[in-house]
Amino acid sequence: MTRLCLLVDRIRVEEKLLIRSLERRRDVEFDVVALPDVIFDPVASAERRYDLVLNRTLSLTRGLAALEMLEAGGAVTLNTREVVARCGDKVSMSAALARAGVPQPAVRVATSPEAALRALDELGYPAVLKPAVGSWGRLLARLRDRDAAEALFEHKATLGGPQHGVFYLQAYVEKPGRDLRAFVIGGRTVCAIERRSEHWITNTARGAVTAGVPVDVEMDRICRAAALAVAGPEALIAVDLFESPDGYLVGEVNATMEFRNSIEPTGVDLPSLMVDHAVAVASGGIEARFGAGAAA
Amino acid sequence: MTAIATADAADLRILMVDCPECAVGVSLGASPMTHEIVPCVECGVELEVMSLDPLAVELAPDVEEDWGE
Repeated sequence: MTRLCLLVDRIRVEEKLLIRSLERRRDVEFDVVALPDVIFDPVASAERRYDLVLNRTLSLTRGLAALEMLEAGGAVTLNTREVVARCGDKVSMSAALARAGVPQPAVRVATSPEAALRALDELGYPAVLKPAVGSWGRLLARLRDRDAAEALFEHKATLGGPQHGVFYLQAYVEKPGRDLRAFVIGGRTVCAIERRSEHWITNTARGAVTAGVPVDVEMDRICRAAALAVAGPEALIAVDLFESPDGYLVGEVNATMEFRNSIEPTGVDLPSLMVDHAVAVASGGIEARFGAGAAA
Repeated sequence: MTAIATADAADLRILMVDCPECAVGVSLGASPMTHEIVPCVECGVELEVMSLDPLAVELAPDVEEDWGE
């Protein structure tokens, strides 16, 4: 019998689907543990009650704190604190992709408005300013010219907290009305969707419409390489891809991905695959499937 | 760690609460859980289940800066 903990702070559609999948497993006992109800003690919390803690926390900061405490107590976590932290911070994520040679849009990181303006001169306009920490397309800005950049940077300097002192700038990729999202579970690219929108931000949280797309050889290769670079062989992640004239580019990698809009269009039972993978990791049976061809 | 409460799954009654925003009845299904997010189909707000006994919901918190995937 495998003992799993589903770690949440809120229970959304995704978590309900995971719970339904867990309930169907006769070889799994599980609890749903909500962060608002928990006190952690790093000394006393030798947390070996569960074979694995499956993290589904919505808040990056709170989730990292919880994973830190749980891992200190000996818990096996999926994704791990390290992976969640790397995916949650675009600076860390881009660094990991760069180290592994995984193709991504040109990125510059600056820590002052003046340097950020010089970075934009290098990247060229339009370019995209993203908060290093953030999701769902929030606070993204497409900068069409230097005037817009100067105005935006002044606003950030005036209104923003310390996190907004880091300027994460990405070359704008002219998309064919869509971007792609592929799900990588334990080294396998299990399915992919397109997210289509007339808006340049194609997040489903912003109203993009999804449809299934086939996983081609190149997409699979890039996604597995991105997963390995950012999250390792046990990755349970979603890779966002741009289609550029030079091929696929990895826009970002998500460690607590949403999938409610991806099940029907792909026909893939993502929550069951996630549970299967969690059980495999918990029992030590996961076999890294990355071969020599995984390198980008 | 303390596992969160679940309504009795054997009790298949559909549980209802009044939306605190628009007062329309909102279905929580047959097996709601504490901290579950449920939309009000009438006014669109998101509600969070805070308690199962007694059944209680509050407006779900606004999206925070570090929320996401």
